[in-house]
Amino acid sequence: MTQGSGDLVQIKNVDKVFKRGSEEIHVLGGLDLTIPDGEFLALMGPSGSGKSTLLNLIGGLDRPSQGSVEVGGENIDQLSDRRLAAWRARHVGLVFQFYNLMPVLTAQKNVELPLLLTHLSRAERKKRAAIALDIVGLSHRNHHFPRTLSGGEQQRVGIARAIVTDPTLLLCDEPTGDLDRKSGDEILDLLQALNREQGKTIVMVTHDIHAAARASRTLYLNKGRLSTELEE
Amino acid sequence: MKYLYLVWSNLKRAKMRTSLTLLSIIVAFMLFGYLGAIKQAFNQGIDVAGLDRLIVRHKVSLIQLLPASYESQMEQIEGVDDAVHQTWFGGVYQKPSNFFAQLPVEPEEYLEMFPELLLTDEEKEAWFNTRTGAIAGRKTADRFGWKVGDRIPINATIWPRKGGERTWEFDLVGIYDGAEKGTDTTQFLFRFDYFDEARQNGQGLVGWYTVRIKDPERAAEVAAAIDSRFANSSSETKAEPEGAFLQGFANQVGDIGFIMMSIIAAVFFTILLVAGNTMAYAVRERTNELAVLKAIGFTDRGVMGLVLGESLVLAGLGGAVGLLLAWLLVSLGDPSNGSLPVFYIPARDFIIGTVLIAAVALVAGILPAMQAQRLRIADALRR
Repeated sequence: MTQGSGDLVQIKNVDKVFKRGSEEIHVLGGLDLTIPDGEFLALMGPSGSGKSTLLNLIGGLDRPSQGSVEVGGENIDQLSDRRLAAWRARHVGLVFQFYNLMPVLTAQKNVELPLLLTHLSRAERKKRAAIALDIVGLSHRNHHFPRTLSGGEQQRVGIARAIVTDPTLLLCDEPTGDLDRKSGDEILDLLQALNREQGKTIVMVTHDIHAAARASRTLYLNKGRLSTELEE
Repeated sequence: MKYLYLVWSNLKRAKMRTSLTLLSIIVAFMLFGYLGAIKQAFNQGIDVAGLDRLIVRHKVSLIQLLPASYESQMEQIEGVDDAVHQTWFGGVYQKPSNFFAQLPVEPEEYLEMFPELLLTDEEKEAWFNTRTGAIAGRKTADRFGWKVGDRIPINATIWPRKGGERTWEFDLVGIYDGAEKGTDTTQFLFRFDYFDEARQNGQGLVGWYTVRIKDPERAAEVAAAIDSRFANSSSETKAEPEGAFLQGFANQVGDIGFIMMSIIAAVFFTILLVAGNTMAYAVRERTNELAVLKAIGFTDRGVMGLVLGESLVLAGLGGAVGLLLAWLLVSLGDPSNGSLPVFYIPARDFIIGTVLIAAVALVAGILPAMQAQRLRIADALRR
């Protein structure tokens, strides 16, 4: 991923419309957003405001109804499904609220999942997964299945899976939403460290002001529009 | 191969469900293999029937006898190379359930006509020189523990000896093997001259003829010439290719092939429903996980491949184990305790079995796989 002007993400005049039967639901309308490389951005807003939709558009999980989404100089809304999948595998790490780990795989194997899409050997995949687990402080739990891990530990595995391919962009959808305060703080510490020490650009959707305070910038989304201030 | 772990782990997710599905597939393929062996037994000889051989029997039925003099007359018909006769003896060895075919034949001519019966030169010589000599197929000899030199008493049910004596005694001078896997090695063959002279009645009559023709492509023409030669005689004939004769013989107990296919089709239809249901559940209950796979970079086709892979592993494992068990069961012997002339799973059925495995995997997995392929990440993650 190439970063030209120092802006990693450039969203221009994006609309997103969902259809429910004959009804059209306008979730985002004429939205513009620029995210500099290396930023830790928090996205806040009420439920249904379009935060997750915006995150999905940035991560290439969904396509805009109109407008363009450029990430690292690539117009990802123009890519075919196959190329978009390959782009996600290379450049994006995803962290989910409910961790979304495969219950049938150990922590180590969960972290290795994105590496299956690479040409790395089995030994190399294992080695990289071990390093990722080490970064999140879970190398001692690598053979544990998700059901035997606490929520905080599962989220750490989720983060390890997100960073194992060394992506530039980390997209976190309420990463502390299912955790207690202490575990949530540990996850936020980890995300901050990844941003500061490894230069990861992070976009985090959250409802939690306390979590948003860890970000370098917070934007509020309401009725499909972004602002720097929380609108009542 | 790197995805196999993922496929296998997913199959282990619901162990009970996977085990039961696997078990049903195993049973289906075991049944397929075992019934295939039974079908082969009923069609015994058809696959290895000589293309250059005709069977000539009485036009009315197989149990009506023909004159022994027909042999030389048939050999004079154009296109006929050689003719040998056989007669159904229908005796009982020790008890009626010990069934095997016993036929009085002309030894030299018979062995010449059926080169697939393998004897050593010493055994042949002994048979040609021993009036009460008999040879047995390996399967029957093994079944009863016979060895060369044994005296085999057989009680006649059709052909008593002169004076009414029903016990015939034969000296076992040879044990023949089959040149091919499908060769019948259950027969017990003894000399016609001894039989004809010693039997109480029916002298000069034989059961049916096997006729070797010079050109297999003229089989129908030669068969017609034979029937025409004996038309309007007291013993009219019906000549047909050996394969057709054996098929007709097998069909006397019903169309075995059709019966087997009906059973197998019903079983496999049920298996498709079971396996399809398992795969549909497997996909439906982890919609979210499949969406995550797509989110982290798996392509639509990749996810489709994983689901089809699960279906293939399930059907492949079940099918392979089922066929292996069928092979083991068949190797233990036929269910009639050795009276089926041949009992084995033909190689053709293993090939069909492999095709069936692929078909079951594809049919059971294709709809869930397409469902997984079409899954939209954003929608699935919201569920």
